[in-house]
Amino acid sequence: MMNNEEGDRCLLQLDDLKMHFPLRGGIFLTKSGACKAVDGISLSLKKGETLGIVGESGCGKSTLGKAIVRLYEPTAGKVAINGQDITKMSQRQLRPLRRQFQMMFQDPAESLNPRMSVGEIVAEPLVIQNIGNAQSRREQVLSLLNRVGLSESAVDRFPFEFSGGQRQRIGIARALALKPELIVLDEPVSALDVSVQSQVLNLLLELQEEFGLSYVFIAHDLAVVKHISDRVAVMYLGKIVELADADTIYKNPKHAYTKALIAAIPVPDPAARQQREVLGGDVPSPINPPAGSAFGHRLNHPRYEESIGLDLSLVEIEPGHWVAADPCCLEDEDYQRARQLADSQ
Amino acid sequence: MAENVLELRNVVTAFDTEGGQLVAVDGVSFSVPAGKTVGIVGESGCGKSVTAMSIVQLLPQPAGTILAGEVNFCGEDLLKADHERLYEVRGGEIGVIFQEPMTALNPVHRIGKQLSESLILHLGLDKKAAWARSIELLEMVGIPSPELRVSDYPHQLSGGMRQRVVIAIALACNPKLVIADEPTTALDVTVQAQILELLSQLQKDQGMSVILITHDLGVIAESCDEVVVMYGGRVVEQASVYDLFANPRHAYTQGLLASIPRLDTPRKSVLKTIPGNVASIDEFVPGCRFCQRMERTGETLTNRADFIEIAPRHWVENCPLCVQEQGGHDE
Repeated sequence: MMNNEEGDRCLLQLDDLKMHFPLRGGIFLTKSGACKAVDGISLSLKKGETLGIVGESGCGKSTLGKAIVRLYEPTAGKVAINGQDITKMSQRQLRPLRRQFQMMFQDPAESLNPRMSVGEIVAEPLVIQNIGNAQSRREQVLSLLNRVGLSESAVDRFPFEFSGGQRQRIGIARALALKPELIVLDEPVSALDVSVQSQVLNLLLELQEEFGLSYVFIAHDLAVVKHISDRVAVMYLGKIVELADADTIYKNPKHAYTKALIAAIPVPDPAARQQREVLGGDVPSPINPPAGSAFGHRLNHPRYEESIGLDLSLVEIEPGHWVAADPCCLEDEDYQRARQLADSQ
Repeated sequence: MAENVLELRNVVTAFDTEGGQLVAVDGVSFSVPAGKTVGIVGESGCGKSVTAMSIVQLLPQPAGTILAGEVNFCGEDLLKADHERLYEVRGGEIGVIFQEPMTALNPVHRIGKQLSESLILHLGLDKKAAWARSIELLEMVGIPSPELRVSDYPHQLSGGMRQRVVIAIALACNPKLVIADEPTTALDVTVQAQILELLSQLQKDQGMSVILITHDLGVIAESCDEVVVMYGGRVVEQASVYDLFANPRHAYTQGLLASIPRLDTPRKSVLKTIPGNVASIDEFVPGCRFCQRMERTGETLTNRADFIEIAPRHWVENCPLCVQEQGGHDE
């Protein structure tokens, strides 16, 4: 779908990635269905780029993050990093490649082992990858801690002695230890207070500049995602519904779901208070997704019936602006163009 | 000026810990006018939830104690009220909406039963009437097919629906005041918008006052009339929402407002930050705690500044180093 002509510069490539979790029921726990958490996602990420992924809880964004770094075994599709398909590799084959991609988690309290000192936590990836000796590792840990804004005395202390923001810095230091090219950040700032959140965002931007990092930045806060990302993908029920340059997606959203998400953000300015359209309903369950347009179903859209059986995949409606060809979610004019493009694919 | 439903005067709440007594709320005063929404905003650990729970005296026992102050609710000091009176007030005249809708509801009782409980206790309805009223309440908070949902258990509902049930329970007895402690923090933005809309609608219909506790300045801007900014267990600034956003006077409020990324902030620009971290509660200085965070030295750390009305209906903790001239918007 989204073929990248400059394959060599493309760091991460996802091809129709699917992550289905089997559901078992009955006394023999036979397979009774599947939870389609991620259902056919194709993406590419260039070196040095940040791709933001937004959506409501349950849309599959965290599952996508974990499937990218092979913390889950994808059901189908392909993940390629630097052109190398990692989907089918064994963990042993994968281990040396893991230096290239790291993951950072949401909850700074739960993602750090409370029984390990900060020094051990940050050095652990180096130990696993057999890099250096104790002496050189310690030096490297100290310089990493320095780089993320922690004092060197932190090295022998334990995670509980730090605040949320500081713990997130420890997580960043650990993710940086192997000098990866790609870091998947799963809600890295959502557990933090605003004043600390901005410190961590600034740090992430500085590090990206300094080390040429690429980020997959997963979050539910659109203002944060817009701030840090080059491109933004909006996910709904396991699928991407819109993908565009970060500025474009906020200034000129095409998909009704993107518009609804933007409208729902409370604006921190009482003078801009307005009566807004409130999106009703909840995210439907990925266990029995609607047959047609998932968002059209939530809206009770009159054209929902029409969307059943249609190809709702992404089309490039404007250069670099991809949107699902969905009759329920696009303006008429946009939909006609999208339909033509989808049919000619 | 409308009369105040609630007035807090110098409330001091402390917790007994192994390390001694720690003062979590250190002399907080503010008032809630009738029919208005007052937002309490601050970072985690600033004492905003403890302040709210001190009003209804729902503090962890036996550790939490209110050491001093007055909580005047419609002219009655709740701190002097006995247990029976407090049972009447909680869930009756004051409704409370808790943050986590899963833990606020009892998982082993049908939601109809949980709604009926306060109706039977406070309004003296019989079981049948309470059940019927529960259905009406669920309808009021926008739950589809309430006559079926009333016999559901909490786990059968989504997060947003559960929060609607919690709101229905808080509003069951037509309270004069509703305390909403981070009512939308656990919810998605779209559901948050639904819940905030619902709260403001219900407030309009029933004319109650609301205390809305949140760390999200966007939520404050959209739904509050008055704002109380807390830092380090104290109120550092209080003003009308328009005043506060247009003309913040305390350096902490200014820093907080400057540090949020907005949709119109240039992409990848460096965000303003407040340096440092909130000191832990056992390290608080007697004087200005924001000066402590900024690692200043001198007498502002030892002497507590007065809480003064710096402009009409605009109060601030008057630390000479933290309070800025009018229009001072920079660091």
